Amino acid sequence: MSINLEQFHQTFFEESFEGLDSMESGLLNLQAGGMDADTINTIFRAAHSIKGGSGTFGFSEVAKFTHVLETLLNEMRDGRRAVTPDAVNLLLQSVDVLREMLTAVRGKDAINHARANQVHGQLEQMLQAGAGTAGAVPPATSAHTHAPGTQDWKISFRPQSHLLKTGNDPLRIFRELGEHGSLRIDADLSQLPAFDRLDPESCYLGWNLVLESMAAESTINEAFDWVREESALNITSMQPGTPVSMASVANASPAAVMTAKTEGEAAASTASAVNAAESRATTRASAGETASIRVDISKVDELINMVGELVITQNILGQIGQNFDMSKLHKLTQALSELDRNTRELQESVMRIRMLPISFAFNRVPRLVHDLSSKLGKKVELKMSGESTELDKTVMERIVDPLVHLVRNTCDHGIEMPDVRRAAGKPETGTLTLSACHKGGNVVIEIADDGAGLNQEKILKKARERGLVKPDQQLSADEIHDLIFLPGFSTAEQVSDVSGRGVGMDVVRKNIQGLGGNVEIFSEPGKGARFTVRLPLTLAIMDGQSVAVGKEFYIVPLVSIIVSTIVKNEHVSTMANGGEVFKFRDEYLPLMRLYDLYGATPRTTDISQGLMVVVEGDGRRAGLFVDELLGQQQVVIKSLEANYKRVEGISGATILGDGSVALILDIPGLIRIAHQKKVA
Amino acid sequence: MATILAVDDSASMRQMVAFTLKGAGYDVVEADDGVNALKAAKGKKIDLVVTDVNMPNMDGIALIKQLRQLPEYKFTPMLMLTTEAGDGKKQEGKAAGATGWIVKPFNPDQLLATIKKVLG
Repeated sequence: MSINLEQFHQTFFEESFEGLDSMESGLLNLQAGGMDADTINTIFRAAHSIKGGSGTFGFSEVAKFTHVLETLLNEMRDGRRAVTPDAVNLLLQSVDVLREMLTAVRGKDAINHARANQVHGQLEQMLQAGAGTAGAVPPATSAHTHAPGTQDWKISFRPQSHLLKTGNDPLRIFRELGEHGSLRIDADLSQLPAFDRLDPESCYLGWNLVLESMAAESTINEAFDWVREESALNITSMQPGTPVSMASVANASPAAVMTAKTEGEAAASTASAVNAAESRATTRASAGETASIRVDISKVDELINMVGELVITQNILGQIGQNFDMSKLHKLTQALSELDRNTRELQESVMRIRMLPISFAFNRVPRLVHDLSSKLGKKVELKMSGESTELDKTVMERIVDPLVHLVRNTCDHGIEMPDVRRAAGKPETGTLTLSACHKGGNVVIEIADDGAGLNQEKILKKARERGLVKPDQQLSADEIHDLIFLPGFSTAEQVSDVSGRGVGMDVVRKNIQGLGGNVEIFSEPGKGARFTVRLPLTLAIMDGQSVAVGKEFYIVPLVSIIVSTIVKNEHVSTMANGGEVFKFRDEYLPLMRLYDLYGATPRTTDISQGLMVVVEGDGRRAGLFVDELLGQQQVVIKSLEANYKRVEGISGATILGDGSVALILDIPGLIRIAHQKKVA
Repeated sequence: MATILAVDDSASMRQMVAFTLKGAGYDVVEADDGVNALKAAKGKKIDLVVTDVNMPNMDGIALIKQLRQLPEYKFTPMLMLTTEAGDGKKQEGKAAGATGWIVKPFNPDQLLATIKKVLG
């Protein structure tokens, strides 16, 4: 029978990548000096599993590569080899190679042999050169010597008395030998004690066997593989027909052998039928990498529970609906509020299914910091906290790149060289802190360091050189910090291989804003810098304030609203370029008339007759002039880009309760437009 | 038909073993480490144990040792899934009471052939 092993590939890849992750973090721990046996064991186990799996599932190149790796790790585990930084680095490279190999194999792409062979060679070299002898290389399988015709084998088998206690049964061995030819068995009862001294759990028997077979000696030997260590075994070859000195000669029950065979065939045919069905199922699923998430079973149970409640509420409503009269109004309101609760809870639990701990994004940072610090010759200690903070899967996937960029920047620009730090009276090893927590409806990620802080002079000089700031323009510290987010800004003196690859902080900010979040900088010269990234928990739903302009409705994200107020006409002034500003708490903010922006017909154009919604985005404020405020509600965000095209100042659309469509305002985008006008 | 306890921390290997055995008509109980295997074995009638060696919490050898001490598992066949690199493990396993081993990598046919031999 043949079983289609492809159905297990997806699981194999998933667990192998997880294994590689744990190898990587284990290796990084070793690097930090934590030489405990548990860690080495974990690393070994991961390599071992990948080797076993890849061999079994037919990825022989991966198996071959892992074999050397495993041998090396085994020596470390047994204490035969020292854990040197060189060895750890090589092992880390091996993890990379394996990751590449597995990715290639999963995508059915070609493996990068050059890279793999190089690291494989290095591993081999280390094995042969270093401490400890490579004792774990498997012995070559014994050569097969084929006898031309049948041959008689004389076998003397005397097991130790505890044979049965390892679950071994001599009958199994005889049955196996019987499959190779005709077998004559003679039991040796000489060691059998008197009945009163007989332990029923011990084996006192020995056997002399004669096997007439074409089988090779290795095949016969194989039958005794499991018991060789605990028995006296002697296998000798005789010329066919040589008389055998045996008292009685018996045939191994041919019936028993027969039964085993038929059962096997029956089982095989059932299995292949199952297999055919399974393989049909897997072909559909195996096209490329399938996106899947692991969901805690309790989350699914919760969901099922809630759907159950929803069905009950629906039944109640259905009953009220039959012959409805006003006396049932109370019951109706009650049931409707129940429906409201059900829906909200259901929504929350569905959201929770998409939530993953942020450690998925944080996990790659230790390796990054390790590689960067050795490349840059800096000493960096990484501290992480809040790894269990949960975040929507999509947000998670898209935050990884900005996060990596920020960490890279911090190692490159933020933390100083050891000698510079020493001179400044700081410890040689810099600290990089990465943390995450929930604040309100947001996830806040902080990347902080105790390095030099942002160099304001250098930033300002560079910005002036590039014409991003006018020569005479005065800027506050915060405004200077903000300059690094401008497109085309990079202070790296030369484009290094670490940061400054053309992907600047502007892309980081754009990506974060694309997720509906923002990034802020706090920096103190000589003490360090802190980047605070604020992200929404999910992209699918947000709390919004609906506002009306004429017959149109717009949604303003609740998080960006500071206050809504009536502004007097005398507090509004028009600037030379036609832009308007208004006075709000001793500060002049740009004023945007929404009807102007979106070409709507308002109820009023008189500022004092409508409402001013003061909003904030990217640390800057502006006022939106609208007719009136409507309710606050949770809105489901529908992408405008996917259905129409990208519109400046609008982040999406939603469907209101009455079926009409409302546009969701992109506050940072609007403020950018407004400030451009103000500056121009 | 016989009941087989399949123990492996690697889900893919465990699924493969279980799928193969179920396909051949055996009842299969699965466990992802020695501790859970021991739990599963107690109070059930298991006819054969197939266990990986390297596992977290309790490895295959410790599992075999523990199982052998239970009266109902005194003579039950117990097989280790091992790689050739773990040659020392075979003897360690034997000393703990293992019946025998299946060398990784193996294919479903080899697995089934071995198990049939043991169960007769």
